[in-house]
Amino acid sequence: MPLSAPAADMPAVCVRELTKSYKSVQAVAGISFDVARGSITALLGGNGAGKTTTISMLLGVLTPTSGTVHMLGRNMATERFAALKRMNFSSPYVDIPKKLTARENLRVYGRLYGVRDLEDRIRALAAELDLGAFLDRPVGKLSAGQQTRVSLAKSLVNAPDLLLLDEPTASLDPDTAARIREYLQAHCEKTGMTIVLASHNMKEVERLCDNVLMMKRGRIVDRGRPADLIARYGRNDLEEVFLDVARGTGRAAEAPQGDDHHARAASDSEGQVA
Amino acid sequence: MSGALTRIYALWLRHFYILSRSVPRLLEIMYWPSVQMILWGFVSRFFALGGGGNLSSLDIALGTLLGAVLLWDMLFRTQIGLSLSYLEEIWARNMGHLFVSPLRLHEWVAALMLVSLCRALIGIVPAALLAIPFYGFSIFDLGLPLLLFFFNLVLMGWWLGLLITAMLIKAGPGAESLAWMTTFALAPFCAVYYPPEVLPQWMQAVSEALPAAHVFNGLRALVADGVFLADRMAWAFGLNMLYMAVGFGVLQLAFNNARKHGTLLQAGE
Repeated sequence: MPLSAPAADMPAVCVRELTKSYKSVQAVAGISFDVARGSITALLGGNGAGKTTTISMLLGVLTPTSGTVHMLGRNMATERFAALKRMNFSSPYVDIPKKLTARENLRVYGRLYGVRDLEDRIRALAAELDLGAFLDRPVGKLSAGQQTRVSLAKSLVNAPDLLLLDEPTASLDPDTAARIREYLQAHCEKTGMTIVLASHNMKEVERLCDNVLMMKRGRIVDRGRPADLIARYGRNDLEEVFLDVARGTGRAAEAPQGDDHHARAASDSEGQVA
Repeated sequence: MSGALTRIYALWLRHFYILSRSVPRLLEIMYWPSVQMILWGFVSRFFALGGGGNLSSLDIALGTLLGAVLLWDMLFRTQIGLSLSYLEEIWARNMGHLFVSPLRLHEWVAALMLVSLCRALIGIVPAALLAIPFYGFSIFDLGLPLLLFFFNLVLMGWWLGLLITAMLIKAGPGAESLAWMTTFALAPFCAVYYPPEVLPQWMQAVSEALPAAHVFNGLRALVADGVFLADRMAWAFGLNMLYMAVGFGVLQLAFNNARKHGTLLQAGE
């Protein structure tokens, strides 16, 4: 049966009352958020906050216990494959085959995503991400920075409308990390691509992201623009805000945790927060 | 090429790249079937000498034993090829990327089957060709029935591979040895080198439910008596279809379970 066209005015990501429970443990506890098209949004939180669980549910590789996820206007419970064609993903914790060369990986993944004029696309990505010198070397023999660039090229091979990134610059030196951030930012501006990323790197989030969702114990405890959050908590940077939220100190101690108190107010005023 | 075929081809290509540049891997795939064939060829000769050493008894011994060795290896290589293609993704920690792409489970299964068939043929065809100069035995002389034997055994290798892959998804790569053990555990019931009548009653009942037992009976009847047991082949095919449906169903359950427990994205060694 042909799928109906997704509503163009729907946000890139629309999550409602999303919950994931493992026996008695609630990894994600009824979170709701939207991500506007063309924006860059970060999921922030300590270990066990529920970021990876949330990303996994957004990608459709983890079934929610309850709640709904719409990606690019498609319901991930019923129209997953239609959405996945227009999405992609990169994580330093999920490898691409290391025995294959960078070019071979891009050929394999390009075909999985049904990319037309694949060789042209590979040439363009190689030029944009400066892969030329090692395009025909096995990925396992590349440096961490080169592997990250190949992984990023894989995640862009289908020119996705929505990109999910887990720790995009983990284990990279500051120079390489900055280049990756600059590239992503420029690419978003040029193509209108939406990015949702999980990160522990507060500086990166401050520089790169339009919006932040702060998670703790499976809940979104706050959200907003990085500058707004810093101002609201009366702190100097996002790292201090993160510590306040993680430890329940400062302004974070003034409101009950987990009720997304600021977020609701911000959401009402902005319509679409993240 | 349609989207599904392109995705199946993409996965086939991923395994082709690995195999095509690794001579040791290719040699390993070819090595064991050839060694088995050489070993069992001499055993066949020995049995033939016991039977008087005339041409007819040598033909029958070679046909039943050497033919059985090659066909059994086809079944085993198909199963292990499918399971190894899955394990290859696990060792490469690549499952997460595959299943956040538009790849459907049935396309993945089709690709695993195709890759396993290629691996099995790479192993068996050289061994079958070597048997011609070594022993003057050509399995290809069996003609059309060979295709039916081959087809039924490949089907059995596939559904066994699907069941084992489902167990590996459930139990994790630590249970890797299952991939190597399971088919051999069935070998006594499959009556590869002897008729099922020599088995105890309860084993005969199990044997009756295994397609391979019908195939090997068919092979013996063809070589020794020149009779093609069409009903046995049809029965084996029916059983294979049933088990294939069960195998895919069990794999789907294991996959759904992995999605429920979040083990797909982290799947790795």
